[in-house]
Amino acid sequence: MNQTISRLIMNRIGLGVLTLWIVSLVIFIITNLLPGDAAQELLGQSATPETLAALRTQLGLDLPIYTRYIQWLGGLLVGDAGYSMVNGMSIMELIWSRLPNTLVLAAFAASVSVPIALSIGIFSAMYRGSWFDRYINMMAVFAVSVPEFLIATIAVLIFAVKLGWLSALSHVESAHTFGEMIKVYAMPVLTLCSVLVAQMARMTRAAVIDQLSSPYVEMALLKGASPMRIVLRHVLPNALGPIANAVALSLSYLLGGVIIVESIFNYPGIATLMLNAVSTRDMPLVQGCAMLFCFGYLILVLIADICEIVSNPRLRK
Amino acid sequence: MTELVKVSGLRVAVRSGGADIPIVHGADFSLKKGEVLALIGESGSGKTTIALSLMGYARSGCHIVGGSVQVAGVDVLTLSPHQLTKMRGRTVSYIAQSAAAAFNPSKTIMDQVIESAMIHKTCSRKEAQEKAIGLFKELALPSPETIGERYPHQVSGGQLQRLMAAMALITDPALVILDEPTTALDVTTQIEVLRAFKKVVQERNTTAVYVSHDLAVVAQMADRIVVLKNGEIQENNVTREILEAPTNEYTKSLLSAMKPETRQDTVEQKTMDLNTDTPLLEVRHLEVSFGNKKVLHNIDLKIRRGATVGVIGESGSGKTTLARSIVGLVQASGGNTYLDGEQLNEHATKRTREQLRRVQYVFQNADTALNPLHTVEEILARPLRFYHGMKGKKQRDRVLELLSLVHLPASIANRRPTELSGGQKQRINLARALAAEPDIILCDEVTSALDTVVGAAILELMADLRKKLNVSYLFISHDISMVQAICDEVVVLYSGFKVEQGAGESFQRPPFHPYTQLLIDSVPELQQGWLESTNANHETLPTISAAKQNVELCPFLDRCAVRIEGKCNRIIPARIKLPKGNQILCHHTFVNDLNSQSVQRHEQKNALVESV
Repeated sequence: MNQTISRLIMNRIGLGVLTLWIVSLVIFIITNLLPGDAAQELLGQSATPETLAALRTQLGLDLPIYTRYIQWLGGLLVGDAGYSMVNGMSIMELIWSRLPNTLVLAAFAASVSVPIALSIGIFSAMYRGSWFDRYINMMAVFAVSVPEFLIATIAVLIFAVKLGWLSALSHVESAHTFGEMIKVYAMPVLTLCSVLVAQMARMTRAAVIDQLSSPYVEMALLKGASPMRIVLRHVLPNALGPIANAVALSLSYLLGGVIIVESIFNYPGIATLMLNAVSTRDMPLVQGCAMLFCFGYLILVLIADICEIVSNPRLRK
Repeated sequence: MTELVKVSGLRVAVRSGGADIPIVHGADFSLKKGEVLALIGESGSGKTTIALSLMGYARSGCHIVGGSVQVAGVDVLTLSPHQLTKMRGRTVSYIAQSAAAAFNPSKTIMDQVIESAMIHKTCSRKEAQEKAIGLFKELALPSPETIGERYPHQVSGGQLQRLMAAMALITDPALVILDEPTTALDVTTQIEVLRAFKKVVQERNTTAVYVSHDLAVVAQMADRIVVLKNGEIQENNVTREILEAPTNEYTKSLLSAMKPETRQDTVEQKTMDLNTDTPLLEVRHLEVSFGNKKVLHNIDLKIRRGATVGVIGESGSGKTTLARSIVGLVQASGGNTYLDGEQLNEHATKRTREQLRRVQYVFQNADTALNPLHTVEEILARPLRFYHGMKGKKQRDRVLELLSLVHLPASIANRRPTELSGGQKQRINLARALAAEPDIILCDEVTSALDTVVGAAILELMADLRKKLNVSYLFISHDISMVQAICDEVVVLYSGFKVEQGAGESFQRPPFHPYTQLLIDSVPELQQGWLESTNANHETLPTISAAKQNVELCPFLDRCAVRIEGKCNRIIPARIKLPKGNQILCHHTFVNDLNSQSVQRHEQKNALVESV
């Protein structure tokens, strides 16, 4: 670690904080532009204007928008995202009750998809144009273009309905042993992976092919290095930056983009929480979830950036 | 002595659209142990392809069709992929053309130098590192103990090329292949690298194949030369015979292309032009900075109508920046440019169309300067429309006229740049500039990407155009022998300073600025033994005390062979005028000290040439 590296990393962190602030502003304004509010939603169509006004005062909805924004942002900074307008529970508590489930699902999906994707990407780059490469390529295009609800539905049809090996719904609470865990997570993870692997593998392949055509690879070949050695010792260190970015972009999808998978398998994660919040117009909860997704995304991109900076020898001392 | 390498009937082909197109048609040659054999030819002659087949390797798209390649008693072409990896880097090793690209940017130099020893397990890591340090010393690399800890971007191009030689020699291979190892280097760096290579080759009695397009370089290194053209061997003989008594017509044409002809045509024109007061283009006190780094210092330059001014210097001397600043692509931090006495805006976008039309730029690399998706006609029609508002038949006729001006057939108009040869592309590049009907053309290394014979033809064309159109040139190059032959006036740049300026002829006789002297001494000559006899970089530099800080001292101080203690490291040098008319930035007046010495040297050399 030298000064240039730490300066670059501080720079990225600063940019991340700035992005987060802008996102908070946008989220707050947009959620307030939506027609109807929690008071209307709670009291229904038959509410009198007087009761509505009273509830609005009670919920603090009559304050000017900037006062509410500052209160909300100040709360976020100390880890208090406010209270749900629907059931009055702390938003942080609501999120914490679901976040571990989402993280476990994400971790499962990542730990399966990343190694598979990287190996597929590297091998198809090494044997470019071979039947393996072409076949994998076709599969990848297929997996990306088929909507995930279809994959999920087909998986349910085969494994739950026809074969009866797995349950169609994910009862997380019932999973105690490792075997049970696998049964619960198999289908959601399978569905998520089929999309993730294809994306990451294609980007890895491109990054590795880019490096394989460079003169230093020819030089290594003429030094008598085996294909495996060339890829592991010479190509990967140089392809690390682009690969890390591809992985980060794909994994960020695991935080907020899994709504369909969570809904189909009735999985108690963050995405379904946000979905419910939207349908009940529970704006503080929507805002809290959105901020969380943005935060997670920025963390992943930051890690990828750091990988890229640290793997660049020109910045090392 | 036994034959280490025996190649017979070697044929290599390119697979294109299902058919094999042969690019090497049955090459036969052999090489004894301890001999250095040169493969020489222009681009596309198959020299690198043949050299790589000695390692059983063909670049993607190519494949070896037939023949046999015996190296140390084994036919390389019959080996399995696994046996080939055992042989590569162990029996035969390779030194690539561009060391900057052939080193992995993310690994330390030491790791890469000893890698083949690690792969082939010829010794332990520690032994290999010690051996590498020994080789670094032999190759005269600075701080041999620690240079291996650095990354490739932390050392210079010339050093990388020598480090690559250490990489090739670490396993004590039976044969070393050097593929244009000095082509990407400046002449002054090339000479250092050549000396280092020659020393290790002689001391270790290395058997080597040296691939090059440069006969003068090869004459220093090789015992035997194989001349190639279009994948066929033209002549194969010992170096002395090839240089002095070539039998093949092609070899003779290569030899004659090496000697640039001095121009005799512009004398009357020049005397006429001297009378006109306003120069066509003038640069006054030009300074350019990139960030805090000043890359051009106080440059003055005048170009008269119809004159050719050459700018020479090594990479990083600021010669391209000067041209880019004149056309307004790089902004000056001080000074101005004038066209016919009228000041030009420093931004190209803020100049009038007429000003833009009068100053045209020809880029170094025609491959990247021409849009590959446009036809030749579209490329040439664009400036015609833009500057002259031409349309329809008039435009079409002018395109054909321009093509005939650069000696290209009209049929080429419908082709795209990818379907043209390097020389043809450079002609189109030139025609594109001519389409604007400019007063001055800035030519940035227009021949350096071309083969000698093709480049000579381009220069001839440019001289011809100058006579026809009375256009001026600013000719940027790194090749002093070429510049002094074709230019009326020559400017020598060193790290952003104009260190010498004078008439083209004046560069044929000393005295010179010490840097110009070094440049001239570094240009390889077509005779064996030149490398040992030239003075360039040979003498150890006079020791001087630390330079005074915060003073703009002579830029050449660190490399100067005639620097003076108390003067060069203390005082700003003055711009002085030599008796022969040249202006130099130096403390030496060359009246008696150096002058006599270098004149003497020059006369000795002439006497030598005449006696031969």
